[in-house]
Amino acid sequence: MKHVSSTQLKKGDIVRVEAGELIPTDGEIIEGLASIDESAITGESAPVIKEAGGDFSSVTGGTRVASDFIVMKVMTDPGESFLDRMISLVEGAKRQKTPNEIALATLLAVLTLIFLIVIITMVPMAGYLGIPLDLATLIALLVCLIPTTIGGLLSAIGIAGMDRVTQFNVLAMSGKAVEAAGDIDTLILDKTGTITYGNRMAAEFIPVKGVTAKEITFASLQASVKDETPEGRSVVELAEKLGESWAAAQYEDAEIVEFTAETRMSGMNLANGTSIRKGAVDAIKKYITAKGGRVPGDLEEIANRIAKAGGTPLAVALNDRIFGVIYLKDTVKPGLKERFDELRAMGIKTIMCTGDNPLTAATIALEAGVDDFIAEAKPEDKIAAIKKEQREGKLVAMTGDGTNDAPALAQADVGLAMNSGTMAAKEAANMIDLDSDPTKLLSVVAIGKQLLITRGALTTFSIANDIAKYFAIIPAMFIMAMPQLQAMNIMHLASPQSAILSALIFNAVIIPLLIPIAMKGVKYRAATADKLLARNVLLYGLGGVIVPFVGIKLIDMLLHGFHIV
Amino acid sequence: MGMGFVQVTITLVIILALVKPVGSYLVKVFDYERTGLDRIFGPFERAVYRIMGVRDKEAMGWKQYLGAMLLSNFVMLILMYLVLRLQKYLPLNPDGIDNMPSAQAFNTAVSFITNTNWQSYSGENALSYLSQMLAVTFPMFTSAATGFAVAVAFIRGLIGHQDNLGNFYVDITRAIIRVFLPLSLIVALFLVFQGVPQTMQGAVEASTLEGAKQTITRGLVASLESIKHIGTNGGGWFGTNAAHPFENPTPLTNLVHIVCMMLLPTSLVYAFGLMIKNKKQGWAVFAAMGFIFLVMLATVFVAEYHGVTALTSAGVNGNMEGKEVRFGISESALFTAATTAATTGSVNNMLESLTPMGGFVALAEMMLNNVFGGKGVGLLNGLLYLILSIFICGLMVGRTPEFLGKKIEGKEVKLASIALLIHPVIILAPTALALFRPESIASISNSGMHGLSEVLYAFTSGAANNGSAFAGLNADTNFYNVGIGLVMLVGRYISIIAMLAIAGSLAAKRVVPVTTGTLRTNTPLFTGIFIMIIVVIGALTFFPALALGPIAEHLAMPH
Repeated sequence: MKHVSSTQLKKGDIVRVEAGELIPTDGEIIEGLASIDESAITGESAPVIKEAGGDFSSVTGGTRVASDFIVMKVMTDPGESFLDRMISLVEGAKRQKTPNEIALATLLAVLTLIFLIVIITMVPMAGYLGIPLDLATLIALLVCLIPTTIGGLLSAIGIAGMDRVTQFNVLAMSGKAVEAAGDIDTLILDKTGTITYGNRMAAEFIPVKGVTAKEITFASLQASVKDETPEGRSVVELAEKLGESWAAAQYEDAEIVEFTAETRMSGMNLANGTSIRKGAVDAIKKYITAKGGRVPGDLEEIANRIAKAGGTPLAVALNDRIFGVIYLKDTVKPGLKERFDELRAMGIKTIMCTGDNPLTAATIALEAGVDDFIAEAKPEDKIAAIKKEQREGKLVAMTGDGTNDAPALAQADVGLAMNSGTMAAKEAANMIDLDSDPTKLLSVVAIGKQLLITRGALTTFSIANDIAKYFAIIPAMFIMAMPQLQAMNIMHLASPQSAILSALIFNAVIIPLLIPIAMKGVKYRAATADKLLARNVLLYGLGGVIVPFVGIKLIDMLLHGFHIV
Repeated sequence: MGMGFVQVTITLVIILALVKPVGSYLVKVFDYERTGLDRIFGPFERAVYRIMGVRDKEAMGWKQYLGAMLLSNFVMLILMYLVLRLQKYLPLNPDGIDNMPSAQAFNTAVSFITNTNWQSYSGENALSYLSQMLAVTFPMFTSAATGFAVAVAFIRGLIGHQDNLGNFYVDITRAIIRVFLPLSLIVALFLVFQGVPQTMQGAVEASTLEGAKQTITRGLVASLESIKHIGTNGGGWFGTNAAHPFENPTPLTNLVHIVCMMLLPTSLVYAFGLMIKNKKQGWAVFAAMGFIFLVMLATVFVAEYHGVTALTSAGVNGNMEGKEVRFGISESALFTAATTAATTGSVNNMLESLTPMGGFVALAEMMLNNVFGGKGVGLLNGLLYLILSIFICGLMVGRTPEFLGKKIEGKEVKLASIALLIHPVIILAPTALALFRPESIASISNSGMHGLSEVLYAFTSGAANNGSAFAGLNADTNFYNVGIGLVMLVGRYISIIAMLAIAGSLAAKRVVPVTTGTLRTNTPLFTGIFIMIIVVIGALTFFPALALGPIAEHLAMPH
């Protein structure tokens, strides 16, 4: 083992990093388990546990090993690490232009060219009529007409869009990815962690016939007091909320029965010989039957009802008697239904992917309000679903974290990987969420749309502005030789000089006024395309026609009022 | 004015009533599936294909299609040039007309192959009957069919799934055999019935009442006259065009002429809707074009009826200068609006004598060049603006813009930009050049603002492939012959090349399914924006030139 500079590390090198040291570059842990302080990139101060193997093995250059040590394999060449890419994104200078930007830049260039020709050809035309044109006036007109406003702001809008994504703690690998997000037709979302919290929680205690609600609640509490799983804790919480309590001292010497995959139940044996169990309904049934107990007649019905509703039933037994069932429910995150409704209004279809059986999946799908679901999904099913949508010409976005998600992330048009996920997933994705919150995909879609709308709106505004400028400058240019053109001076500007000056000043003032819009993006509300169009055309199209008339007139009044011209 | 209004309304209603049936028929013509019409036209077409050696089942990509179009047009151009240059030695020259000089022959050949029909000559003194048939009437069929073919090919690209735009030779043959020939035959017979001459014999000498000798020229006028309007060509047999009593003898022939020139450009827009299986879209484009047309028509109508204030105070109402008494103000105004909208270019009154705002209408419609427009290319220009509108509006709804499910991206916008740029360049640059050279200024007969309009009009007419003349400008000089000739060539082919390239690019694209997030391009809202974009881009481009010409002239008139 030898010490090397981090800049000399190449893909495939093996490095050992001790506690307190910075991780030199991106890689995968191949040995060891350590807590890593990732605050440098995520801003989250609590260290996270990373270990060799599994889905939590990737480390990022620039983060710090807080305790223990790791041996890692370098996964990127110098200059290509996560941090490098972040830096180049922020620099923005070498930013690749997106197809929409190129198209818009072309259009603006052509408009500029047209205006240049309009102005140059004006000289001989006016010359024929015996009107000499002043070079300064011609340049003033050109500067006013060419779409400088939007031209100057075009790059700023693009970079600001990326920046807005970053403020959401999402790193986009390119501006193209952000724009593509605005075009998304279909979102494929994992159920667990994205739509639901993922940990099932106790929602209700249901007694079988002959048992009171209080009895089943207390039995469930007893069965779970020593259960440290999230499910177990949720049972205790719910029972306490229902007014049950337990004396810790009573259970001091109880023997705890851990959950195993084989028995599929857990619980404890009290010193007085009482055995308490909770577990899968069929496992408890078998356990009770073996003890010579009787399975209550309505147990099956209750269990089925819960399963049908998308929940998980846990039977609770005290000695040889089944008391009832704990209803464990996977809870849909609050506010999601509304967001999916918004997406539907934007024309985006949502598909939920889950390993659950079709019945459970259907229930959650209904509760969350997604359009479609894939039950009992394997990783291949996800890719198949993406490909199917893409064959119909749709753009698909998805989130993922595991290595087995990497192919699907690569296949999707927009792949959002969780920062907690594996290196492979992060490599395949074109966006990384530092907070590992899959619902952010929804915000990214909105930002992508906002980016395009901002460009369109400012272009429209900029072109619409030219109408007023013509009405200010053309009469001013020719009014000496053709007094009749005074009729075209509809703003009644005081004099030719002040008209030209006012138009120029307006032109100069409007750019800084528009910068905040370019930076923040125009206001975006989820709505159908027709509504968005009506709103934006009214605001930026019609507004773009009217504002300069008012603005130029005001400036003219000021100039004239203060006797500047 | 009331009677004039009724006349105009009746004409427009006839045109509107014909849009649907003729549009549906056009779709059948260009649909390669077998139809009942094959029994009538099939034998003729198969004979034509055999003679030309065309394999009618062969599909063409956009480059092949374009190649076939350019090659066949070029061959025809050369043929026409030679006929004009050698007409003295060729048969069918009863009046013994001399060969045409080279610059004028270039101008004339280009003019007719591009469907412009700009005439720097006077037909009765400068062309033999053979030239009238081979260099004028013949390309009136082929140039109109070429425009049709290109428009249909573009539509095929819009809805296609691969780069297959059809077969140019089949399209042009079908257009001529199934549309132009039958229609022309019927109209020509009607015109003969109304008194339009159709003869191979030369001019006749007549004695006037005072006993003076008068030479009355005649010829194969009816056959030329029918295709002249059906094919939106516009070049007359006589110098004074449709104002001449032999070309347009009665109010009835005037009505037929107007209906003929509006018939196919309007129907094609409806056919477009049918072909893309989105009738509403067709009607949306139709509504936008129709709206601009009505505004323009109303402007010239009111301007001519209002006349000149100075004359009104002298007791002369309305502007009858340069108009034929048998048509009156309303029919002249309608003819002017129609001939410049449909870029036909025939005239039944002298445009130079219109009021400034009347002249403005003729100029503006050609500058926009998409108010129905000429055969096929008018629709193409309309679709060009549609693509630009979709691009801007698409961004404003937050999606990469798409039309009929095809994404409009950098390549399409680049090509559309070329087509957009070329039109103002070839109008403004040569106008500026002409006004810069004392030699070309010498051609102008009126000084000042009206003179500027004369030159501006000439190049606008050439660029829009319209061909109407404002008159007053002596265009038979080398400068104008060659200059307007080049403008006509560029104006026609560059935009066609760009549009076919767009078609090829769009044809190969995947179709994106429609969702509620998709911009709908067939709504009244979008149609309104579409109109605004056409008008604003047109206004921004041509406002200074128009301000110095007709607008300044209008404002200078005492009110």
